Amino acid sequence: MTPVISGAADTAVGRLDGSGCMALHAEAASAALADAGLRADEVDGVLCAYSLAEPHLMLSSVFNEYFGIAPSYSAAVQAGGATACALVMQAAALVRAGICRNVLAVCADNRLTGLGRSGAVAALAEVGHPQFERPYGMSIPAAYALVARRCMHEQGVTAEHLAAISVTQRGHARRHPKAQARDPLTMEQALSARMIADPLRLFDCCLVSDGGAALVISAADVAADHTDRAVSILGYGQMNTHEHAFAMPSLTDFGCRQSAAQAFAMAGLTPADIDVAEIYDSFTITLLAELESIGFFPKGEAGPAILDGALELDGVLPCNTHGGLLSYGHSGAAGGMFHIVEAVRQLRGEAEARQVAGAETAFVHGDGGILSAHCSLILGRA
Amino acid sequence: MSATDPSPMKPVPLVTADTRAFWDACAEGALTFQRCAACGHVQFPPRPFCTECRATGPGTERSAGLGTIHSYTIVHRAPTAAFKADTPYVLALVDVDEGFRLMVNLRGCPPSDARIGLRVRVLFEPLAGGGALPQVRPLVE
Repeated sequence: MTPVISGAADTAVGRLDGSGCMALHAEAASAALADAGLRADEVDGVLCAYSLAEPHLMLSSVFNEYFGIAPSYSAAVQAGGATACALVMQAAALVRAGICRNVLAVCADNRLTGLGRSGAVAALAEVGHPQFERPYGMSIPAAYALVARRCMHEQGVTAEHLAAISVTQRGHARRHPKAQARDPLTMEQALSARMIADPLRLFDCCLVSDGGAALVISAADVAADHTDRAVSILGYGQMNTHEHAFAMPSLTDFGCRQSAAQAFAMAGLTPADIDVAEIYDSFTITLLAELESIGFFPKGEAGPAILDGALELDGVLPCNTHGGLLSYGHSGAAGGMFHIVEAVRQLRGEAEARQVAGAETAFVHGDGGILSAHCSLILGRA
Repeated sequence: MSATDPSPMKPVPLVTADTRAFWDACAEGALTFQRCAACGHVQFPPRPFCTECRATGPGTERSAGLGTIHSYTIVHRAPTAAFKADTPYVLALVDVDEGFRLMVNLRGCPPSDARIGLRVRVLFEPLAGGGALPQVRPLVE
């Protein structure tokens, strides 16, 4: 049975005082089910991710109990920033296999109020290797700074190229009423901001947020009975090349090349066919490296193109139109799901002030670890 | 975990059965790596099998302790309070001449001396509670 995205929703994002990890899960799930026109008891599959603020060995079971449902299939997936896309890929496979009819994929965390910014930075640093990285004071920004420095050395990436990404995405976020960071940001501000891990400065790094998001992936015939706004899942793919920074096979070319190639082959499309892209942007360099590895731009050409406005709403590749992790918000696995929710809204023509005119195809990508785990999706207007 | 932690401790390597011999060698001032007797593949960190040909029991060899910086960053915002006093410090990926890669801190020079391609020599820093951590400093020919 052909899978479609029948519902998509997100909660408020940012500093949500009094929020809780499971309450955010439930709020996002309820909104996505309402969007799909489904009742909670029509869900027969649940996929969750992980939480730093309220960790549990079996997060999907914790969610099912809290939400008050008893699905026949349930699992939690942990692939860092690739998780949200991986949940859609897994849900689609479950629907195709006839195992599920309506899969609820839900992610949330209250990182900002639950951990605080310093707590989140410290908790994330624990993904470093416990023997060969953490004793050296590796932060996640530092690991990505190693990538940025090498890309500067090999491909001529500059601080201006990276700043242009954060400035472009801030411009997109300013058109989204829910975005966490909506103050104007200039190139001068970005280039003179506090250094975090050279060459990455403050605005090269993603936000820390509270928030949640959920999607419903349904069999197309079920969706057709409940909604006329379903979005097609045209292709998907994954690649997993390593976990730790010191084990990266390359610092300039990543597994998104293969995950995207799988997704494009399945969809019968090429990068030139994509109308809007929502690509993981934990750091500015993450997006730039992925744009080139995937093939949206030749090596060394993404930076100059971005300076020329390539990622603007009327550019050659409108990208991270909600503001991305850099300006919209980042609450763990939900951060990657915000990209998918935005793609759904663009394809439905519901993106209001940031709508890309005539968007019919969307590319979404998530990466986890240090550009370690990759999952790509291609979505289409039904 | 918070910035006000009164007694921040740097994480020490969490030694496993796979890596005990490696850390014992570090305590003696030797950097070791594995080479597969069957196919010649060099690997790090140590494991009881070759990730290339799957043969068991790769041999352990001693490195000359020389390498080249593949990439680096100068960390200004420490991951935890334990590293705050060290900032700014250099975190580098070093390609050791025998064919494996280490993450280390660059010692013995100002952070501004770090550059890709810099030749370095391994040194060992004593760890609280015993043992030693491999680090690097610029190689002076």
